[in-house]
Amino acid sequence: MTKELTLSKEFMKGVWDQNPVLKQALGLCPTLAVTVSAVNGIAMALATTFVLVFSSLIISLIRKLIPNQVRIASFIVIIATFVTIVDLVMKAQFPELSKSLGPYIPLIVVNCLILGRQEAFSSKNTPGRSLIDSLGMGTGFLIVLFVLGGIREILSARTLLGFQVLPDMFEPWLVMILPAGAFITLGFMLGFSNYYAMHKKEKTHKEIIDTYLSSKSQRLATHRTEVLAQEKAALEAKMKAKEKSDDKPIDNDNQQ
Amino acid sequence: MTDLKQIINTKLELASSPHVHTKLSTERAMQMVILALLPCVLSAVVYFGIYQLLIFLVSIGIAMGTEYAIKRIRNQANTLSDGSALLTGLLLALILPPNFSLVFTGLGAFVSIAIGKEIFGGIGYNIFNPALVGRAFLQAAFPVQMTTWTKTNFNVDAVTSATPLGGFKFDGVAADLSSMFLGNTGGSLGETSALAILIGGIFLIALGIVNWRVPVSMIIGILIFGTLIWLINPEAYMNPLYHLVGGGFLFGAFFMASDWVSSPITAKGMWIFGLGISLIIVIIRVFGGIPEGVMYAILFMNAWVPLINRYTQPTIFGAKK
Repeated sequence: MTKELTLSKEFMKGVWDQNPVLKQALGLCPTLAVTVSAVNGIAMALATTFVLVFSSLIISLIRKLIPNQVRIASFIVIIATFVTIVDLVMKAQFPELSKSLGPYIPLIVVNCLILGRQEAFSSKNTPGRSLIDSLGMGTGFLIVLFVLGGIREILSARTLLGFQVLPDMFEPWLVMILPAGAFITLGFMLGFSNYYAMHKKEKTHKEIIDTYLSSKSQRLATHRTEVLAQEKAALEAKMKAKEKSDDKPIDNDNQQ
Repeated sequence: MTDLKQIINTKLELASSPHVHTKLSTERAMQMVILALLPCVLSAVVYFGIYQLLIFLVSIGIAMGTEYAIKRIRNQANTLSDGSALLTGLLLALILPPNFSLVFTGLGAFVSIAIGKEIFGGIGYNIFNPALVGRAFLQAAFPVQMTTWTKTNFNVDAVTSATPLGGFKFDGVAADLSSMFLGNTGGSLGETSALAILIGGIFLIALGIVNWRVPVSMIIGILIFGTLIWLINPEAYMNPLYHLVGGGFLFGAFFMASDWVSSPITAKGMWIFGLGISLIIVIIRVFGGIPEGVMYAILFMNAWVPLINRYTQPTIFGAKK
């Protein structure tokens, strides 16, 4: 990266500007597969964030020791270590959750979001910066998975995080449990985020044009006053000269 | 001079074909299709009661409202007057089960227009048949309600009845062919009466609005594939005539598959399209876990239409291959 971002911007880019799911479209497999409920989404995102943060930290620490030819294999070994930790801890502490997430916890090893961040960021940046970057990416992932899981849970079971939010009158939409529901919801989320980004872009474009125009008009105004003042001075000088020359001939006549 | 100014000041608008000046405009075609659907609407009301009119009204109303709102939000020219949204709403209502919930009907109409049509860019751009997209969504969202078939008014010995295809698949009961032809069986609103569909369908083919190749190739296809399967074991598999008049086959052939936008444009392509739909229908009906597959077959073949169009382009007159 040629331009260094401030630390807070480094964090926020993962949450919005380069959101792993909405902008980079990385890690879509767990995003679509496990977000049947908000709890599953949160658990998946937290597990991914844990692996992401620690592997980023380790890899940025040893980035100068890893030979370029075997870097992918090295990344995978480090990532797999942390995935194994998460998998075993979840099996021991949250057996229910581990069962409902199924094979998707071990599959974090091949989540392209994690490998992508190592390749694109941690292997080129300092540990501190990598830590902040991975925390930001993890937060962005968490927000998307929570919203996606929440929408699907509300529409398919009337509940959010286990609490009923819609009345019994509402007939659950079975389609939201199925993969089709995940695709439809994610499609709408991508659409709205792109719409918002486009809107924002148009707005910033307009602002840039506005500031340019106002500064230009200011410059033009100062230029105008300068030109006018110059002309005024020139005209006044001319008039004076003319007055003098008008006076002179009379004098000349008198002299003659 | 003023004319030139007017021409320069006129905003050019992109609109879907046909651009040719002829009596047959999009509006007129839509009106004719709606007219051709009236026998089906009539049979729905006669066989399933006056409540069905509410389903039609809700479906059409929500479809048109959604179209209007989306065009408004996207700042595009309003296409409500061409009648395509009205037609989509009507078609969706005709393929819903009798006495269906009005709330779900509205949801289906919204999905039809919003996801089936407007997301792709509006009339003329949709890949899939919008009404079938709405029905597929409802089928996935509310499978129980979508397969509850009320009995017809002339069938007094039960509250609900199986469709002929469902009855054959799960209970091995063969329905009476003549009542299937007239429409006195369980089924979706517009699809039960083969007679009403044939009246409307032949009217459209005679006017040239529906190309005859799609329905004819579908009918030939289902007779061929149905007979082949039937000949293997006449005891276990359905008579090909049941395939023909049962379920939504005829309705799909005349009003769904023949949709201008989502069917192929070449003559050869239409034959491939129709035969492909029939093959998938027979496979789903005979080997699938669900009794009926017209909707999925048409949606599946819709996805192939761009490819079919590409590979069936006729050679230019005089050109060498």
